[in-house]
Amino acid sequence: MVRPPVIAVRTFISAVLGSLSLSAADLPSDAWQVLEQNCFKCHGPSRSENSLRLDVRADALKGGDHGPALVPGKPAESLLLKVVAGAHGEIPRMPRKGDALSPAQVAALQTWIEAGAEWPKAAQVTAADPRQHWAFQPLRRPPLPPKGEGAHPIDAFIRDRLVREKLTPSPPADRATLLRRVSLDLTGLPPTPEEVDAFVADTSPEAYSRVVERLLASPHYGEKWGRHWLDAARYADSNGFEKDRTRSIWPYRDWVIRAFNEDLPFDEFTRQQLAGDLWADAEVGRSEEERLQQRIATGFLRNSMVNMEGGIEPEKFRVETIIDRVDAVGRTWLGLTIACAQCHNHKYDPISQKEYFQFYDFLNQDVEPKLDVPSVATREKRAAIRAAAAALEGKLWADPAIRARFENWEKALRGAPTVAWIPLDATEWHSTPMKFEKQEDLSLLAGGDVYNSSVLRVWVDVPYTNLTGFRLEALNHGNLPNQGPGLDGQGDFLIGEFMVEASPLTELTNAATAGTNFVATTNRIEFRRAIADVEASGFPASAMTDGVTTNGGWATAFTAGRRNQERRAVFETTQPVGFPGGTRLLLTVHSKLSDDLQGRHDRVSNFIPGRVRLSATTQKEPLTVDPLSESQRRRLLGATRTPEQTAELFRVFLFLDPSLAESARQWDELWKDWPGAENYTLALQRRETPRQTKVFRRGDWQKPTVPVTADVPAVLNGLGGDQPRDRRGLAEWLTSPANPLTARVIVNRVWQHYFGQGLVVTTEDFGVRSDPPSHPELLDWMAVEFMAPSHGGKPWSWKQLHRLIVSSATYQQSSRVTPEALEQDPYNRWLARGPRVRVDAEAVQDIALKVSGLLSPKVGGPSVFPPLPDGVMSLAYGPIAWNVSEGDDRYRRAMYTFWKRSVPYPALTTFDAPTAEQSCVRRVRSNTPLQALVTLNEPTFNQAARWLAWRTLAAAPDEAGRVSWAFRQCLGRRPDPSETEVLTRLVQEARTEFAGRPRDAAAFALSDPKSPPPLPPGTSVVDLAAWTTVTRALLNLDETVTKE
Amino acid sequence: MNLPLHLDHERRQFLTRRWFFRECGLGLGSIALASLLNQPALAAPSGNNPLLPKRPPQPARAKSVIYLFMAGAPSQLELFDYKPTLAKYNGQPVPKDILGGQTYAFIKPDSAIYAPEFAFAQHGKSGAWVSEALPHLAGVADELTIIRSMNTDAFNHAPGQIFMNTGSQQFGRPSMGSWVTYGLGSESQDLPGFVVLNSAGGLSGGAGNYGCGFLPTVFQGVPFRKGADPILYLSNPAGLSSTLQRKTLDAVKELNERRLGLMGDPEIATRINSFEMAYRMQFSAPELVDLSKESKETLELYGAKPGEASFANNCLLARRMVERGVRFVQLFHEAWDHHSDVKGGVKGQAKVTDQACAALIKDLKQRGLLESTLVIWGGEFGRTPQVEASNELKRSLGRDHHPQAFTMWMAGGGTKRGVTVGETDDFGFNVVKDKIHVHDLHATILHLLGFDHEKLTYRFQGRDYRLTDVHGEVMSSLLA
Repeated sequence: MVRPPVIAVRTFISAVLGSLSLSAADLPSDAWQVLEQNCFKCHGPSRSENSLRLDVRADALKGGDHGPALVPGKPAESLLLKVVAGAHGEIPRMPRKGDALSPAQVAALQTWIEAGAEWPKAAQVTAADPRQHWAFQPLRRPPLPPKGEGAHPIDAFIRDRLVREKLTPSPPADRATLLRRVSLDLTGLPPTPEEVDAFVADTSPEAYSRVVERLLASPHYGEKWGRHWLDAARYADSNGFEKDRTRSIWPYRDWVIRAFNEDLPFDEFTRQQLAGDLWADAEVGRSEEERLQQRIATGFLRNSMVNMEGGIEPEKFRVETIIDRVDAVGRTWLGLTIACAQCHNHKYDPISQKEYFQFYDFLNQDVEPKLDVPSVATREKRAAIRAAAAALEGKLWADPAIRARFENWEKALRGAPTVAWIPLDATEWHSTPMKFEKQEDLSLLAGGDVYNSSVLRVWVDVPYTNLTGFRLEALNHGNLPNQGPGLDGQGDFLIGEFMVEASPLTELTNAATAGTNFVATTNRIEFRRAIADVEASGFPASAMTDGVTTNGGWATAFTAGRRNQERRAVFETTQPVGFPGGTRLLLTVHSKLSDDLQGRHDRVSNFIPGRVRLSATTQKEPLTVDPLSESQRRRLLGATRTPEQTAELFRVFLFLDPSLAESARQWDELWKDWPGAENYTLALQRRETPRQTKVFRRGDWQKPTVPVTADVPAVLNGLGGDQPRDRRGLAEWLTSPANPLTARVIVNRVWQHYFGQGLVVTTEDFGVRSDPPSHPELLDWMAVEFMAPSHGGKPWSWKQLHRLIVSSATYQQSSRVTPEALEQDPYNRWLARGPRVRVDAEAVQDIALKVSGLLSPKVGGPSVFPPLPDGVMSLAYGPIAWNVSEGDDRYRRAMYTFWKRSVPYPALTTFDAPTAEQSCVRRVRSNTPLQALVTLNEPTFNQAARWLAWRTLAAAPDEAGRVSWAFRQCLGRRPDPSETEVLTRLVQEARTEFAGRPRDAAAFALSDPKSPPPLPPGTSVVDLAAWTTVTRALLNLDETVTKE
Repeated sequence: MNLPLHLDHERRQFLTRRWFFRECGLGLGSIALASLLNQPALAAPSGNNPLLPKRPPQPARAKSVIYLFMAGAPSQLELFDYKPTLAKYNGQPVPKDILGGQTYAFIKPDSAIYAPEFAFAQHGKSGAWVSEALPHLAGVADELTIIRSMNTDAFNHAPGQIFMNTGSQQFGRPSMGSWVTYGLGSESQDLPGFVVLNSAGGLSGGAGNYGCGFLPTVFQGVPFRKGADPILYLSNPAGLSSTLQRKTLDAVKELNERRLGLMGDPEIATRINSFEMAYRMQFSAPELVDLSKESKETLELYGAKPGEASFANNCLLARRMVERGVRFVQLFHEAWDHHSDVKGGVKGQAKVTDQACAALIKDLKQRGLLESTLVIWGGEFGRTPQVEASNELKRSLGRDHHPQAFTMWMAGGGTKRGVTVGETDDFGFNVVKDKIHVHDLHATILHLLGFDHEKLTYRFQGRDYRLTDVHGEVMSSLLA
């Protein structure tokens, strides 16, 4: 591109300007200064109001919401000048805040535009094409450094850099330290002294790799690395926000652990979490168990917080969950702050707001079901019931007489004129605190808070004068329990009363419209009769018109075989309804309350129909109820249907044909033993109809603008033409070789967990503002190796990646640092020494439990409740009963601690466990007094000290032996003489003190929630108290909570 | 040689140099602070204590903050925003042109107007309008900056509280107290820099109200519990004397020092210091919460009773904390969500809080602390001029959530004394004069503490975050 040199332009302008008395105008810097001082605050790098950014030439020329800001050479056509002069009709004078530009300043801008509106060079450099950023470039395997032949590839890259930094690698860590390091890294647990001894004694070259394989095969490996993933997945056991109700999504947590233990390749790991449900729907040949697991995996997306505060707008918070999912996927896979493009084009990275919403569209197409997770036994029992029912249906189907009746019935069904129902398009509706939202089919879907009572009022103005009836449909929806139609745990509903009031539009006064809350105008329509497609015994449709809202009602609850069907009731008026000049109808649906739900935050439910559609008719003939719902008509009466659809239709017939009453009863009987699922989890399910995603102006959900469809940001290569534009395509794209980010981001994060920081320190951001990688070639080499191993290994294998890293000399070096080395490389970026970092919050606790012998090895299952101090739960708006787990569940690994978002477990957050409010790929690592208080005084830590002391007393007869034994439990290595001396002194001091205060000794040593075994022979309570003092000190050493 | 002390000394020198450097023009921005802290990961082999007191980049009016968070949202129409017009139109629908497009949490927007339940009068030389529900506060009206023109974005409790405390409706951002301790450190090395007290129901916004977001955990608010053991895990285990605790800590320290000598990792020195500070906290925190040494007059002034867990006690505790160098004290009192019986509700909560609020101001003043302590009072939003009533929810004569206009007040710390800022329309519906948005309030608070709110930043995910997001203006009308 040819650009006139800035100097030349200046000279030219200066010449022209002479006559304009702008002698100081030294363009473009004057114009630039005007812009800088007056415009960039709102239209610059930190903020671009109305999508306009003026500090980058291309952006200014492209313009914002109101079009190009300026046209070079044509001041008269330049919006900028109109606006600063306050001469634009719509846009207020700019700058909006502060004084107007002086005439001289305006003139400077004008002249500058006339001259071609050149930006200063410096500004162009800073705005260099972000698409050229290294992380967006395709991945290629770099060659090893020249002198790296024969070396471990990681070491080759690291040493190459060390030479340039004039640093030398450290010697290998001693074997005890190395074993503790690799054990903590691969399983999150320290080695036993026996494991240390065995490793020290094993001098064979394979000793280390054998240890690594043992650790990778341990079920605790999946716990350690699963927990890292769960940070990114923002896993928690409660919904967050005010009510913060308990949710069950631990099956997803267990899925993650299992996936790591089975070394599920990362591409498949990705596919299942982002689109497992779609594969489960589409793929054949998978077992029921496999398909269940695929659905469970989509819990990654469902981990978003859910607001169930009374009086919310459900759509606002639905949008927030999608925003959260975009953010989580962006952070976890792409290391991109894609969420920054929600309100405007990304400030730094080449991602436009439109691209943000295209990405959003992938995740905007779902409903949010609870997924049953039945045990195998339950699944088998269910299968047996289904088979028995199918056998009975088959027997009936085989009877030609029955078959003929069915066919006649179907024929009549197809031919019969149905009532012409007019769906009522509510102009206003109200219900508290649940809120209903209008769907495309004019039904109203319940959302927000789930409450144990509801009255839904719907207002609609109609032109008819001869309404003869109304219809109330209770419809299914994926958000409802078991698809609904009711909000009861099983999906049932109970409607106590249905009322319609009619007022002439011409006579409405303001007061009459004013409200639900005061005005009791009753122009109630009388119904001649109420009928329904089905009625549960004792709950007839007629109970909805008996004038009593709280007593009885219509229900359709049956056995599981007929539950969760769409149902409808029809109300015939005694005389035609409607006024000349229009009629305002107020339709009211009173739902039956469920009384036993107050205070239960985990399973709040009620009998409200979760999705309601109201219709009316003007038909003169007596009204009928269609035995099929509209969706059944569409599905079952089409030109073709599947055998399963035929069976569905036959089941409707079975309960209508009078001569089959006995068979129907038998069929129903079969379902009485239908077993409920033991557990449930949260999964995704695609909507029946696509949702139209629109760009939100400034990210505001109430300001939708242009429609978009699913796509990926252009800078990251295309989606690929053959990929489905749904979550499957997204998952494939994320792990396609053409994606420049995913592999880099993942290996970098794994590296971070080993070395305390990533090669790119900002693991959450690989964009143009990210920290440049310390070893770019190594990063790329490992990323390629992860995707496509050089020696034909398993692609995308986590375990292979771990082997690669832990087998390097870089990983195995000593972490000792000299003052000189510390000065030269304070952050250990060049890795002339091994990592030395405090372990994660969970490991702090797990180490104490492990060395005490208290730790339960159980993997997975529902979350547990270790002791919680008094007063903590009182800070929660929606407190739960924190019943401390009994038995081994009290001593589980910390990752199983029940995570309540509004009051996260303090002993873990104190050590920087993330709060699970959003995706976290890099924990802060702090070092605070409150941490010291946890390890010193938290009851479980004290208990661990006590049990370790008991084991110590039993393990060795003398003090020196005991010191050494306890020390090795905690640290792996043996104590040196001075360390032994310090601890021996402590035990003696403690013994002296406790000997004089036996009651304190008993309180300190014996008051334990789990009764300890009898004291080892020859020992006293004072011994136990004294040794507990020592083990408590050991558990509080820096080295104990540090990976050295 | 006492290695930790030596290191600590070095660190202090380092920090001193850094202050000098900063005051020579770098400003307290991401550059200077990031390298003080363990972020962005590159920052420190953290041998330094991020809670050491720091001087703000600009002249500060306030050194510490006491934020009385009236969670649940008190009715401004029953307390400060005097609207006689509402009585005139009581029971009638709100005029449509005033309504605009506002939706509400529970009520239909066209619900009837509801006359205020309390009588108002003007108080003090300033003639501030305060209702009869707050007789004590009316008595210190000349110390207050009453803001009748507050305005927020959220009208549900959890997002509203999170927004008021973090400047964002999205969870996961640092709270104001975290930002302030991040910027200023703490004057006390024996107590947490940011303390949280609660005297009523659980918090709708949960721990996010005082969370540190992406800032280091050391800046998180530390909830104090009721009773003599205010900080979690503060007490030694039963049976362990403080002598033996000290001996244990000496042994731990000696072993850690040895390891430090061998491994050279400055993080070990930090750990040694953390344990020493924890030990000091074991004495300073119980001393702090022990109100028995307060004079009878002081206890009576607040209506505090030693041993009780109350808002009054918490106000007194807040003063004691500020005296001892705690930077930011936040009192939560979630009891103002009066969807029904707003009269009884406001009256009850006014009784619980009014005297102590006024006492806090008087007490700070008589001790010369009011000048340097910014006291803030307010909820997450306001309440509707319309009535809330519902048979289903058994509610009557209440008020719903109202984000467009509500009242807060501040005192001390460089705010104007005896002034009422802002006006709402005759129905108390919208702000018509001197609108102050939550972001503006935040900008002003940071200004009083000596910060340019645009420069107190933290780099996270490639972006320089701040309390005020990309908004906020310092409201000079509030400044003395």
